Amino acid sequence: MKYIIAIIQPDRLEEVLNKLTEKEIHLVTVSNVVGRGRQKGIAEVYRSHKEAGSLLKKIKLEIAVNENYLQATIEAITSAAHTGQVGDGKIFVFDLQECIRIRTGETGNEAIG
Amino acid sequence: MLARHRLGYAIQYFQFNIAFSFHGRTLNTILYHHARSIYIFVSCRPELINRMIRVNLKKTHIYRPSIFNLRSIGFFASNLARKLLNKTLNMKIGFRTRACLSVAVVILAVATAAAGEISPPKVDPGDTAWVLVSAALVLLMTPGLAFFYGGLVRKKNVLSILMQCFIVMCLISIQWVLFGYSLAFGPDRGGVIGSLAWSFLNGVGPTPNTDYAATIPHQVFMIFQMMFAIITPALILGAFAERMKFSSFCVFMLLWSTLVYDPVAHWVWGAGGFLRNMGALDFAGGTVVHINAGIAALTCAIVIKKRIGYESSISPPHNLPIAVLGAALLWFGWFGFNAGSALAANGLAGNAFVATHVAAAMAGMTWAFLDWILNGRPTMLGLITGAVAGLVAITPAAGFVNLAGALGIGAGAAALCFLFVVYVKPKCGYDDSLDAFGVHGIGGIWGALATGLWATKTVNSAGADGLFYGNPAQFVIQIKAVLAAIFYSFIVSFVILKVINAMMGLRVSEHEERIGLDLTQHREVGYTVID
Repeated sequence: MKYIIAIIQPDRLEEVLNKLTEKEIHLVTVSNVVGRGRQKGIAEVYRSHKEAGSLLKKIKLEIAVNENYLQATIEAITSAAHTGQVGDGKIFVFDLQECIRIRTGETGNEAIG
Repeated sequence: MLARHRLGYAIQYFQFNIAFSFHGRTLNTILYHHARSIYIFVSCRPELINRMIRVNLKKTHIYRPSIFNLRSIGFFASNLARKLLNKTLNMKIGFRTRACLSVAVVILAVATAAAGEISPPKVDPGDTAWVLVSAALVLLMTPGLAFFYGGLVRKKNVLSILMQCFIVMCLISIQWVLFGYSLAFGPDRGGVIGSLAWSFLNGVGPTPNTDYAATIPHQVFMIFQMMFAIITPALILGAFAERMKFSSFCVFMLLWSTLVYDPVAHWVWGAGGFLRNMGALDFAGGTVVHINAGIAALTCAIVIKKRIGYESSISPPHNLPIAVLGAALLWFGWFGFNAGSALAANGLAGNAFVATHVAAAMAGMTWAFLDWILNGRPTMLGLITGAVAGLVAITPAAGFVNLAGALGIGAGAAALCFLFVVYVKPKCGYDDSLDAFGVHGIGGIWGALATGLWATKTVNSAGADGLFYGNPAQFVIQIKAVLAAIFYSFIVSFVILKVINAMMGLRVSEHEERIGLDLTQHREVGYTVID
């Protein structure tokens, strides 16, 4: 079992979700986040006071998958979120120790699907 | 001769000796005592009337001189009056002879009343309706200000700003009816303060007070003025936002209102106030409200010191749309503030309304263009700041200037406040958090001085001409009034702050400041994270 965290551009969310659905990956948690990477922020101006390098808005996707879905998930995200510009985001993959479905009490690989 | 050209003037009692000799000519005079005033009726040739109004009455701040053509008065009354006049004619009238005169006054009162020529001031329904609506409009400015300021602070302090504005509405309303109104507008004491004769609104009822507004009930005038007394201290809180203890805040507001606002309002607007007698022009409160509050704001920012983390790690405004809503409410309410200050539903109110709107529009636009040129983008915060600066600056001038004045004052206000907020303030190193001084202080000073430049009698015959209309003396008077307000407000505000600081402390603890005032001062939060 793997746990995937992907940080993407907010405007790519729709495409990424469509691509994931195509590959039959339905379970995903989405959150609004702010952060910065090499892209840096856009300086904002308030009464001519510049707020330099402030944080940028991003979308964070969290997806738990079985090993056989890992490659498909990564492909779906990279292909849909790719623009070629600085700031497209990153994908992090972790080993997932356990997963429990609260409704039924199922655990492990069955619970993820 | 007398019967054909007899005309009367209503003149305030303390000026009565002036009317007796005019350009070396003796004028026939009748005194009439009514309420707190002595009316003086002067009879003279028609051609002298204009000169008298021009030369004497304006200089001595005679209120609304009423001119009556007495041709219609019955022969009996005029004959009696002539006999009595002959006795008082050529008498040198001073304060010593007031007692002797009062005898004649009583008799004359009967004579003139019999002639049906004096009637008590009448309430005008149109004027009253407009001033009541204006009072409501001005009250709405304080919540407007709350949103304007509230949107500019950090999330954790938004309620503290709203709370401070609302508590001022309650606190000052009560202060005003208990004794504040009497201190500001009550019977004069030496030109500096009103007496306590009108405390608890004693004698402030449905009858108009001719010293202030002859066509609206005295009580309506009082409630209109109350709204100004509320918003003025509320303006100051922008300077010490996000760090003042709520208890100390309440004490400060009460003391400041009593010791600074009420006296300065008396100087400028109160009957007998020394700045009013000097001829300073302040239509709707540029000096009383904006300079006064602006200077107090500067004093607060200096005494209470910077916020923790200023200026490197103070986050940007947490909710600009709310600030824009607040600015919109301020703009809307300002029509009551300025056009209502005509105290009548007339052409002057219309002029003030137009001037107010034009100046705000001009100032907002100027600030937006300056932003565009100097920072690359026009900003929403810049636009509303400019508009408010324009509204501040036009306040003293609204009833004295024409379109050119409104445009000039608006553009100047935005340019000066922009310069100050952007270039001067960061160099000075004090933390006027929401630019209460930068906008209200600087804008107010500019407005008061600019009134001395653009004022013209073609707009308001009770006003004066300014520098651009050939009367540099008015500009000097404006400077004096501005300086008086600046010094008084700075010194007294400073003392009040120091006293409160010594007795109960002004600031919250560092820990409380980091957590935010909403939670530490009020045990509430403005926004929840989950539902």
